[in-house]
Amino acid sequence: MSTTGAATRQTGGSSDLIVGEDVTAGYRGKVVWKNASFSFGRGEFVAVIGPNGAGKTTLFRMLLGLQPPISGSLTILGSKPKKGNDRIGYVPQRHIIDSDTNVESQELVRLGASGKRWGLNPFSHWDSKAAKRAMDAVGSEDIARRPLGVLSGGELQRIFLAEALVSNPDVLLLDEPLSNLDIRRETELLHLVNDVVRNRGVTALLIAHNINPLMPHLDKVMYIANGKVATGPPSKVLTSESLSELYGIEIEVLRDPHGNVAIIGVEEHHGDML
Amino acid sequence: MTEVCALSTLVFRWNIFADIQNIACWAFMRNAFYAGTLIAVVAGVTGYFVVLRRSAFTAHAFSEIGFAGAAAVILVDIEPIYGLLAGSILGGIGIAILGRRASNRDTQIGIVLAFSLGLGLLFLSLYSGFDTEAYSILFGEILGVSLSMVYLTAYACVGVLLAVAFLYRPLLFASLDEDVAEAKGLPMFFLGMAFMLVVAVSVSFAVQVTGVLLIFSLMVTPAATASYLAKKPQRAIIASVIIALATTWSGLFISYYAGYPVSFFITAEAFGLYVLVRAVSGALKSRVRAEGLASP
Repeated sequence: MSTTGAATRQTGGSSDLIVGEDVTAGYRGKVVWKNASFSFGRGEFVAVIGPNGAGKTTLFRMLLGLQPPISGSLTILGSKPKKGNDRIGYVPQRHIIDSDTNVESQELVRLGASGKRWGLNPFSHWDSKAAKRAMDAVGSEDIARRPLGVLSGGELQRIFLAEALVSNPDVLLLDEPLSNLDIRRETELLHLVNDVVRNRGVTALLIAHNINPLMPHLDKVMYIANGKVATGPPSKVLTSESLSELYGIEIEVLRDPHGNVAIIGVEEHHGDML
Repeated sequence: MTEVCALSTLVFRWNIFADIQNIACWAFMRNAFYAGTLIAVVAGVTGYFVVLRRSAFTAHAFSEIGFAGAAAVILVDIEPIYGLLAGSILGGIGIAILGRRASNRDTQIGIVLAFSLGLGLLFLSLYSGFDTEAYSILFGEILGVSLSMVYLTAYACVGVLLAVAFLYRPLLFASLDEDVAEAKGLPMFFLGMAFMLVVAVSVSFAVQVTGVLLIFSLMVTPAATASYLAKKPQRAIIASVIIALATTWSGLFISYYAGYPVSFFITAEAFGLYVLVRAVSGALKSRVRAEGLASP
């Protein structure tokens, strides 16, 4: 795993928000991937890619404290992951919201701020204000009063992003936010995430199937496949040499003049092809 | 306490105040109004979460597991409400342990539900007063509520409302966005269990009004109607309570003069209102859409 080692040496430092050392991930003793070392600094935009079932969501679940690593050490924001950390904003992978959910979308963003509090407080409006700020930040003021059930995929992703941003997190974990979007919405949402990363110094990890739309924005790629992980700048990870080592078979990475990549030689592929 | 209520008060006279006074003369009607009011408020509130979490079938199952419990305790001369509570609370704990994510739970709930009804039937057949007891548990007998039962209902309703007030925001969050709520550290198992207990208690008391089989008319229909009327949860809950109250009160009123069962009128009104609201909101939506298309 030469790429992994190189990446760690290159960026490893005390300012990193997320650090994994020799991490092995899985459920109930069943290993999904192993011996991964990685580190992500403040304000980095990271793509997490790989085939279905490779263990991308498992990484997020570990970072959220929903499941522990099988072995190795994982720290986020300077401590071991644990549930309920307001400094992490999370957009889970999800299916479309039921079309008859007639609840204003701003209510969901508002719950992102105050949904952890027990009891009623009918006269407090700080959470509405926080929700309004978050929705302004993602440009969804115009859909604030529309019911969740009627929103399009792109509009919903904006609301989910606002819900994740409402507590002013330092780390954003976005699980396949692009999956139901057309190319235009995809580009819009990525610009939005990129703005958040650059303007607020937020570290964003984004799980995606197709790396190409992300290429203009990325600082790092975390490529998970075949039970192994390669992490580093796209120029180092997305090479024939590095991916061949990862998959253990001959892989060829082609690049076009626009910086798009095509990965040749992987049977189960998932939209990386041009 | 002696009461003399003329039998002439049974005649409807197009004078609403006098008509209401006539009804209020009877202790059994007063008790029915007290209990009906308390239950309508609680059913309207918890019903909103039942609809939001798509737990309607679960709520129905509680009432039928409760039916088996009620039929069992009648045999040993205990008030049916305790059997209802025991049955539906046990059912609630069971379903909470199974968890919300169990995807094909419909089937399992249906299987338990059928068995519970059958069990209830057996217990009732062992009981000599079979017909009336079965009828009142299955279809509701709000007119037979005693004053002590009104007090018990009041305590339970206050308990349920306090519990919902405490759970309100986390429960709403977990209902709308389970995964994020879990990642935010909300105790999902506790919330699921607490919600199931709240529904179980609400259902047990609502059975007095509508009976086991018509439980939807208070626990589901008002909240489903309200969700078309308001997009903010607080407002939808208030609308749901108003609808539940209106159908219960007018159901009692009409039933008094018309002489047919209260639960029929509640069911019919709730249904009629639902159909009306859906039709109107559907028409409004397509009109808005048409206007939106007409003016680019």
